[in-house]
Amino acid sequence: MSTDPFRPWEDPQATPLIRFENVTKRFGAFVAVDNLSLDIYEKEFFALLGASGCGKTTLMRMLAGFEKPTEGRITLNGVDIAPIPVNKRDINMMFQSYALFPHLTVADNIAFGLKRSDMPKAEIAGRVDEMLNLVQLSQFAKRKPHQISGGQRQRVALARSLARNPKVLLLDEPLAALDKKLRQETQFELMDIQGKLGTTFMIVTHDQEEAMTVASRVAVMNAGVIKQIATPDAIYERPNSAYVADFIGEVNLIDGKVTSGTEKSCKIIWQGGTITAQPRAKLAKGTEVRYAIRPEKVVISASKPEATNAIKGKVLDIAYLGNISTYHVETDSGQIIKAQLTNVRRLSQRSFAWEDPVWLSWTETAGIVLTE
Amino acid sequence: MRRAFIISIPYLWLVALFLIPFAIVFKLSLSDPAVAIPPYVPTLDLSTGWTGFKDFLSQLDMENFIWLTEDNLYWKAYLSSVKIAFFSTVFTLLIGFPIAYGMAQAPKEWQATLMMLIILPFWTSFLIRVYAWMGILSNEGFLNQFLLWTGFISEPLQIINTNIAVYIGIVYTYLPFMVLPIYATLEKLDPSYLEAAEDLGCSRTSAFWSVTAPLSKPGVIAGCFLVFIPVVGEFVIPSLLGGSRTLMIGKVLWDEFFSNRDWPVASAVAVILLLILVIPIILFQKQQERAQEAES
Ligand SMILES: Nc1ncnc2c1ncn2[C@@H]1O[C@H](COP(=O)(O)OP(=O)(O)OP(=O)(O)O)[C@@H](O)[C@H]1O
Ligand SMILES: [Mg+2]
Repeated sequence: MSTDPFRPWEDPQATPLIRFENVTKRFGAFVAVDNLSLDIYEKEFFALLGASGCGKTTLMRMLAGFEKPTEGRITLNGVDIAPIPVNKRDINMMFQSYALFPHLTVADNIAFGLKRSDMPKAEIAGRVDEMLNLVQLSQFAKRKPHQISGGQRQRVALARSLARNPKVLLLDEPLAALDKKLRQETQFELMDIQGKLGTTFMIVTHDQEEAMTVASRVAVMNAGVIKQIATPDAIYERPNSAYVADFIGEVNLIDGKVTSGTEKSCKIIWQGGTITAQPRAKLAKGTEVRYAIRPEKVVISASKPEATNAIKGKVLDIAYLGNISTYHVETDSGQIIKAQLTNVRRLSQRSFAWEDPVWLSWTETAGIVLTE
Repeated sequence: MRRAFIISIPYLWLVALFLIPFAIVFKLSLSDPAVAIPPYVPTLDLSTGWTGFKDFLSQLDMENFIWLTEDNLYWKAYLSSVKIAFFSTVFTLLIGFPIAYGMAQAPKEWQATLMMLIILPFWTSFLIRVYAWMGILSNEGFLNQFLLWTGFISEPLQIINTNIAVYIGIVYTYLPFMVLPIYATLEKLDPSYLEAAEDLGCSRTSAFWSVTAPLSKPGVIAGCFLVFIPVVGEFVIPSLLGGSRTLMIGKVLWDEFFSNRDWPVASAVAVILLLILVIPIILFQKQQERAQEAES
C-alpha cells in the first residue's frame, strides 16, 4: 500500500486532462452516446466496461477525432479539441480490428508513426527494436501481418500505438485475443509502461478481471450512459445500481421491501424471509429495494448457523471451477441463491452433494441495498 | 477418374480454342502465298500418305519471318504499337484512377448506379461508339463547331486522322477495363487503415500516398495489363480515327490479310505479335497469383 495513493479525482484542486462535457453522439436517430460527462486525470488508467454496443468504441473514436460529437464538447488540457485534426492530436489509438497495414512488415508498421513524428531518423530503428522486444516479436520483424497469428497481430498493433509515446493512449480491447498467461504479462507490461512514461490510458475491455487488475478507475456503461465510475474495489463492493452489481462479477439479487429501518440498519422482507442489512442512507418504510449479495460472501453450512441472516435450502447444482465451486441452492420458497466455496479439499471429499439440505448465511455488512 | 475428367474440360477448351488455331496460324506463317483458294501453298493432302506429308513439310520455311526483318515497316509498326499502348495505358490510368476512387468514396447506395454508368457504354456496339467519335472529332464535328462558336479558335483543329484522335478513342474505349479492377480493390479497402494512418500522424494526402496507393496496386496493375495487352493489337480505332501516319501493327495485319491477300505474311506478323505479348501476359499472371496469395 502506498502512503500517498493516486486519487486525483478526489482532489478538488486537480484539473482533469480529458473532459467530456455533456457529449451526445447520434447516428441518424440512434443515440450511441447520451449526454455523457466524464473527467479523466493525467496518468490514470481508465477502464471502460459495458455490454457490446453500449458506445465504448464511439466514445474513444470521438476522443481520437474520427467522430465529431453531435452535442457537447471534449477538452484536452482545457482546450476544446473539436478543431484539432486527428493527426495533430497527441492521442493514439489501438484499433479493435488492429488495422495493421497489410503491405508493410511488422517492423515497418511500428515505424510508421515514428517516421511521421519529429523523431530523428537515426533513432527510429532503435525505437522499433525496443517496441518489438516489449511485445516479444523481435523474430517476426520482417513478416507481413498476414503471416503472423491473431495474438501476434494484436501485439503489433499495441506496439505501433505505443511507439509514438502519446500523451493519451486509447486501447480498444487490446488483449482480447491473447491467452491468459500472455494477457497477464501484457497487463503488467502496460502498467509498467504507464508507470514509466506517465501515459494516460483509456482501455476498453470485456474482461472484468483485466479492468480490476490494471485500472485506477472503472466506468460501467450501458446504452450510451455511464452508470458508475469508481475505483475497482468500490465498483465491486459498492455498486450503485443493480445493473452495475450484475455486470461486474456474480451477484445474487433479491427483490424485497423495507419494513423498518434506521440509518445504520434496516430490515427487508422478501419471499424467503427477512434480511437485516446496512443501507447507505435511511430508507423509508415500504421502499422497494434490491438486495445484492456476492456468492463468495454467502456461507454454506450443514446445520443452522449463528448468523444475522440465515435461510434453509437444498443444493440444486454444483458448478466446479477448479479453485472454487459455485453451489446453486434452492431456498424453501423457491428462489435460487448462489454461494461460492473455495475448494480446499479434493472433489471427492467435498462436504455437500446434490439434494443435500443446507443452510445459507451471511453477515449484516456482507450485502448491499440498492434502490435502482 | 471423375477428377481427371473435370480437369480435362478446361484443357480441352484451351486446346480447341487456343492451341489448334495457333498451330494453324503458325503453319500458315511458314507457307508461301499463292493465287489460289485458299491463297497459300502447301496444303496438307493426306490422300498421298507419308510421302505427301514429307513433301508438305519440306515446303514450309521461315521466309516470311525473314521478310519481316527486311522491311522496316514491320518493326516500326510493332514499336509504334507498343508506344501507343504504353501512353494510352498511362492516360487511362490517370483518368481511371480518380474515377474509381470517386466511386469507392461515394455513398454505398450510389455505388451500384455509378458502376452501371461505367458499364453502360458496353451495351452499344463498339463500332457505333467509334463512329460517334468520328462525328465529334472531325473538322466539321461537334468539338470543332463548339470551339469555333466559343471563339477559342478561328479555324477547325485537325484532330481526326491524327494520333490524338487514336489516343482519345483508346482511352475512351478501354477506360472501364481500368476503372473496374481499381474500383474493386479500393472498395475492399478497410477504412480503418486510413484512420490508423491519420492517427499515426499522416495528413489526408500523405495517408493516401502511404496507404491507399500501395494497397490499390494490385488493381492498378490488373487494369494496366487489361488495357495494354489488347491495345497493342488494336486495329479498329487506329483505322477509323487515325491517319495515314498512324502506324499500328493491327492495321498492318489487316492490310496484309485483306488488301494484299498475303495470308502467310499476315500470320507471321500475328505470331510475332503474340510473342511480344507473351511477356506481359506472363508477368500479368504472376502478379495475379501473388495478389491472390496475399489475400488468402
Ligand atoms: N457509423 C455508425 N453508424 C451507425 N451506427 C453506429 C455507427 N457506429 C456505431 N454505431 C452504433 O452505435 C452503438 C455503439 O457502438 P460502439 O461501436 O461504440 O459499441 P461498443 O460499445 O464499442 O461495442 P463492442 O463492445 O461490441 O465493441 C452500436 O449500437 C452501433 O451499432
Ligand atoms: Mg467496440
